[in-house]
Amino acid sequence: MCVCPGPRRIGIPVRSSSLPLFSDAMPAPTQLFFPLIRNCELSRIYGTACYCHHKHLCCSPPYIPQSRLRYTPHPTYATFYRPKESWWQYTQGRRYASTPQKFYLTPPQVNSILKANEYSFKVPEFDGKNVSSVLGFDSNQLPANAPIEDRRSAATCLQTRGMLLGVFDGHAGCACSQAVSERLFYYIAVSLLPHETLLEIENAVESGRALLPILQWHKHPNDYFSKEASKLYFNSLRTYWQELIDLNTGESTEIDVKEALINAFKRLDNDISLEAQVGDPNSFLNYLVLRVAFSGATACVAHVDGVDLHVANTGDSRAMLGVQEEDGSWSAVTLSNDHNAQNEREVERLKLEHPKNEAKSVVKQDRLLGLLMPFRAFGDVKFKWSIDLQKRVIESGPDQLNDNEYTKFIPPNYYTPPYLTAEPEVTYHRLRPQDKFLVLATDGLWETMHRQDVVRIVGEYLTGMHHQEPIAVGGYKVTLGQMHGLLTERRAKMSSVFEDQNAATHLIRHAVGNNEFGAVDHERLSKMLSLPEELARMYRDDITIIVVQFNSHVVGAYQKQE
Amino acid sequence: MAEVVLSQKRLAAGSTRFCAGILSTARHLTIEQKMADYSNKLYHQLEQETGIHTGYIRTGSIFLAQTQDRLISLKRINSRLNVIGIPSEIISPKKVAELHPLLNVHDLVGAMHVPEDAVVSSADVALALASAASQNGVQIYDRTTILHVMVRKGQVTGVETDKGQIQCHYFVNCAGQWAYELGLSNEEPVSIPLHACEHFYLLTRPWETPLQSNTPTIVDADGRIYIRNWQGGILSGGFEKNPKPIFTEGKNQLEIQNLQEDWDHFEPLLSSLLRRMPELETLEIMKLVNCPETFTPDMRCIMGESPSVRGYFVLAGMNSAGLSFGGGAGRYLAEWMVHGYPSESVWELDLKRFGALQSSRTFLRHRVMEVMPLLYDLKVPRWDFQTGRQLRTSPLYDRLDAQGARWMEKHGFERPKYFVPPDKDLLALEQSKTFYKPDWFEIVESEVKCCKEAVCVIDMSSFTKFEITSTGDQALEILQYLFSNDLDVPVGHIVHTGMLNEGGGYENDCSIARLSKRSFFMISPTDQQVHCWAWLKKYMPEDSNLILEDVTWKYTALNLIGPRAVDVLSELSYAPMTPDHFPSLFCKEMSVGYANGIRVMSMTHTGEPGFMLYIPIEYALHVYNEVMSVGQKYGIRNAGYYALRSLRVEKFFAFWGQDLNTLTTPLECGRESRVKLDKGMDFIGRDALLQQKQNGVYKRLTMFILDDHDTDLDLWPWWGEPIYRNGQYVGKTTSSAYGYTLERHVCLGFVHNFSEDTGEEQVVTADFINRGEYEIDIAGQRFQAKAKLYPVTSLFTHKRRKDDVELSDLHGK
Repeated sequence: MCVCPGPRRIGIPVRSSSLPLFSDAMPAPTQLFFPLIRNCELSRIYGTACYCHHKHLCCSPPYIPQSRLRYTPHPTYATFYRPKESWWQYTQGRRYASTPQKFYLTPPQVNSILKANEYSFKVPEFDGKNVSSVLGFDSNQLPANAPIEDRRSAATCLQTRGMLLGVFDGHAGCACSQAVSERLFYYIAVSLLPHETLLEIENAVESGRALLPILQWHKHPNDYFSKEASKLYFNSLRTYWQELIDLNTGESTEIDVKEALINAFKRLDNDISLEAQVGDPNSFLNYLVLRVAFSGATACVAHVDGVDLHVANTGDSRAMLGVQEEDGSWSAVTLSNDHNAQNEREVERLKLEHPKNEAKSVVKQDRLLGLLMPFRAFGDVKFKWSIDLQKRVIESGPDQLNDNEYTKFIPPNYYTPPYLTAEPEVTYHRLRPQDKFLVLATDGLWETMHRQDVVRIVGEYLTGMHHQEPIAVGGYKVTLGQMHGLLTERRAKMSSVFEDQNAATHLIRHAVGNNEFGAVDHERLSKMLSLPEELARMYRDDITIIVVQFNSHVVGAYQKQE
Repeated sequence: MAEVVLSQKRLAAGSTRFCAGILSTARHLTIEQKMADYSNKLYHQLEQETGIHTGYIRTGSIFLAQTQDRLISLKRINSRLNVIGIPSEIISPKKVAELHPLLNVHDLVGAMHVPEDAVVSSADVALALASAASQNGVQIYDRTTILHVMVRKGQVTGVETDKGQIQCHYFVNCAGQWAYELGLSNEEPVSIPLHACEHFYLLTRPWETPLQSNTPTIVDADGRIYIRNWQGGILSGGFEKNPKPIFTEGKNQLEIQNLQEDWDHFEPLLSSLLRRMPELETLEIMKLVNCPETFTPDMRCIMGESPSVRGYFVLAGMNSAGLSFGGGAGRYLAEWMVHGYPSESVWELDLKRFGALQSSRTFLRHRVMEVMPLLYDLKVPRWDFQTGRQLRTSPLYDRLDAQGARWMEKHGFERPKYFVPPDKDLLALEQSKTFYKPDWFEIVESEVKCCKEAVCVIDMSSFTKFEITSTGDQALEILQYLFSNDLDVPVGHIVHTGMLNEGGGYENDCSIARLSKRSFFMISPTDQQVHCWAWLKKYMPEDSNLILEDVTWKYTALNLIGPRAVDVLSELSYAPMTPDHFPSLFCKEMSVGYANGIRVMSMTHTGEPGFMLYIPIEYALHVYNEVMSVGQKYGIRNAGYYALRSLRVEKFFAFWGQDLNTLTTPLECGRESRVKLDKGMDFIGRDALLQQKQNGVYKRLTMFILDDHDTDLDLWPWWGEPIYRNGQYVGKTTSSAYGYTLERHVCLGFVHNFSEDTGEEQVVTADFINRGEYEIDIAGQRFQAKAKLYPVTSLFTHKRRKDDVELSDLHGK
């Protein structure tokens, strides 16, 4: 999502006559797409898009159900967006130069875009045996923002059992979602560690010995970790476990996963906030921690250990369980609640947390203080710190921060902070053999697809092969020719499913390319994927998906044991 | 003592019962061809001998070629079948259509017809064999489960079954796909690396006008299927690309019960069948049979005595050819048990070619998934397995890999083939398969040239290395008895010597360095690790003062080949390395760079000047780095085994396992000088050699230089090509390589002297060799060759002229 104060539903008087403008310096390849957009979507862009000062186009065409922009700038900023040249003139010019032609991506091109970020992990079988309740997972991302603001993480806990998987949806930049994606699992893992292990690790640090590894990451090559901040992050984490060690009363208590998850979320958000207040002598780091704190991110994290599945959610990403009924059909079980205006309990909570006289302003136009769509998030100190603190930090901060009008801007009706929390809601589910998979995805997916469709598509994809009953000749008169015909037909059916080797990719293909009949339409897919960076955000949001597959045999065996 | 056969279920109830019953002699290895040929003759007369109907019909078989490469492969087999007396011929597609009216031949380029191949009912053959055995006093117990084999002091003493004990000195593990488990059930486990895969074949009801019972069997390897007539209909199966391994976790009742027909899995093979015989469309299905078959890590069966337990024999892992090999393999094994060795060299099938390192279930599962499709894949020269790799590696592996090394594997050890320069691209694996000039030709050429003119380094860590030490003279005594050369040499000398058997044949060919008066360092080929160890253990007395240690893993071996190796080493050690100070075949511990205690040996296994460095592994990287950085000014570069092979074949260096085997003696390969018949004491094989020296040899290893062979356009020799002398077949080649100095192909091979009248083997003299006109048959095409009994020295050596030198020659590479 753009950091710039983009246009939104309220606040900015966008004149319908001032058409969006494209810089002449626009990279050549994107120009190719203009005829396409002109043909099909211009009327929608018209009048709603505008151009902003750092060349990020932030538009919200009215047909998009949810504007992905969560911030409104101060009305005075509208003066920034004075178009120099009209989009109309520009495209007219182009049209003289090039004959109108339809431009389509070929299926292999579409595939290479869809598969660029796909990642699969199979829990390794050792010597043909596999005792983990997780078979593996598929994940993928499709960017709409440039750069993408979503993040994803997956790791196996090495000192405790279990696997962690999470999706993170950033806003106002990717700094916060990046930080959360690399740090949160460490906080969770540390919260889950028994006292003795914590002591061992602390002693190892103290005496300079090799540390016990805590997490085994499963990363796509594009998923990076920040090298610069690594030392800073480590120190904050160490302070955390030192406190955990000090707090230990000596009695060895069972560690409660739910509590651990809540503590980890809160602690990390607290550390993000503290690091920004304290600052760092290294100017690069100083700017980084401030960007992390002033941007925001939602998080939806699953912890799977045997049959125990915990989902901790902060914000509006969602965890959905795919359940196969006895008749083979699929049903969806939601394991998280969205924290936004559609959730009455959240609205209620917010109203109760603030004085009665703020009841009208705290949730306005379905947004927190009329600005922010998710009602819980990491970072976003604009909604957490007092006005004094915000001003102090910004003034002492680096110039880049000072120059950014957005950070200086204080939300309206800001009386009793904090308005925002990172505390997650934790759902527990005990896995059953019929629970075949879990889908974690950012709202980019849930906006475009119904949860029931999501579960059905993934379910049919994962079981594609097994769904077809094996053929047996058993006593019937079948000729080789008949059998061959039957088999060829079955194979053709399967091969369409196996175009994707990754369930998340398959889901994205449907999310982006589905036509009104629920089938993937190549033409539509091609159009959606060939949108230039600047326009993509108007038609879709970043989509990040993790599909975790469970091992029904192992889950069943757990059940029998008890 | 009585002979007893035990079977867990009914006799011949396993995959024998389900076997497709095709007996085919068209195999890639000569030993396999001979086994199948013997089986064929045995089964043929079985019905007559026992009165039991075996369903033996001599149908003949036709091997189809859809591509030119496949035809080349068939032609190679054809040449080799003919010289061992099995009739076969290459035929045109038109002829195929005449032999088998139902076949679609429009996509064929040719075929091979083997008229004496047969089909049988395998269960009936087993029954007939069993009844013949019973008549000769063998007792058969079926439905008897073996609990374990009893062993005392490394010798089989009996078998514990669920029905009681049986005393015996010999035990043969023929448990097929359960052989692995049975082997492990021993107190001292016997490792038998094999793994089962599901195998499917289709049975149809009879044709309206039933197929003639003598309709030939069809093998369409490009279509991955075989087809035989079966009770008027057809039986057809194949070896698919995506096999389904089974029983990885051992015997599993659930899996056995679940062995079901899997039509979706069979679909590609069915399509292929209908393409080959379109008229089958209307034929009615009877059933799809799923019968697991057992496969081994190298697609060859496993036979022989266990290296660790005397009297424990194995015959298993038939790779779907149990019926074809059964008779012949049984014969060789019986000879082995009775005489102590079989009448043919079976090293290629010997259990001892494997060690415990091939026994991982995961390894086997992955490897057999590659082996099963390979049965019908094109077999091209220099093919490497792709699965189960990077198991054993030298510490320099990553360094070499980063410099472009391409790897091959021997006994689990990764060895560099050659180094691809950064600016060069080689073909992808599939495209690189060829019987002609390979794409690495120029790469190896430059490596060879560098070995000849400057210096190269080859990582040869895979060699098997043993150390034998004793407190007194025991080590020397036992080695003098086991080896044919005189090992009582001054300390620091290296001796090339054979480890011979009673017949004077090579059990192992090695180099032994005398490290001190009482300790010896022994270097043998990589795949000798198990075999040589077992042989030494067998003869070494139980003496705590005599210690044998396998130090293979302790040393990294670098081979510095080339005229400038001397300069590199002397610079690194501050010691003079010239022949005056460091004569050939000499071994000294010295320092190289910072590292001390490096065993430097003045030999290169190629006949070129240079040194082998045996480096304790922790110093490997250091020494390698030093050698490379100092060597830069001498033009040093990495080289691989292909360059080594070219060098050694050109210099007429025979290698054990390729050129030498248990049936070849030193006298037969011109190595009289490595045998000291009068060293003052007896050694194994001495009598046989004495006799041979008196009588003359019946075969002679000879070097052939191909004359009218166009390297760019003609098929390349590989090994196993028939050799003709004055038009008469006299033997086969054992290895070959392009000699970059000679600018010719060089083959090594044995020349026999078969009597024209009786076919009996006669003495081969140097005169006999020198007086012949020779031809080598490569896939049916004969090339003239010059025979040499001694290496050609600098005959064509390319001398660089002074004015050829350029500035760029001064650059480091």
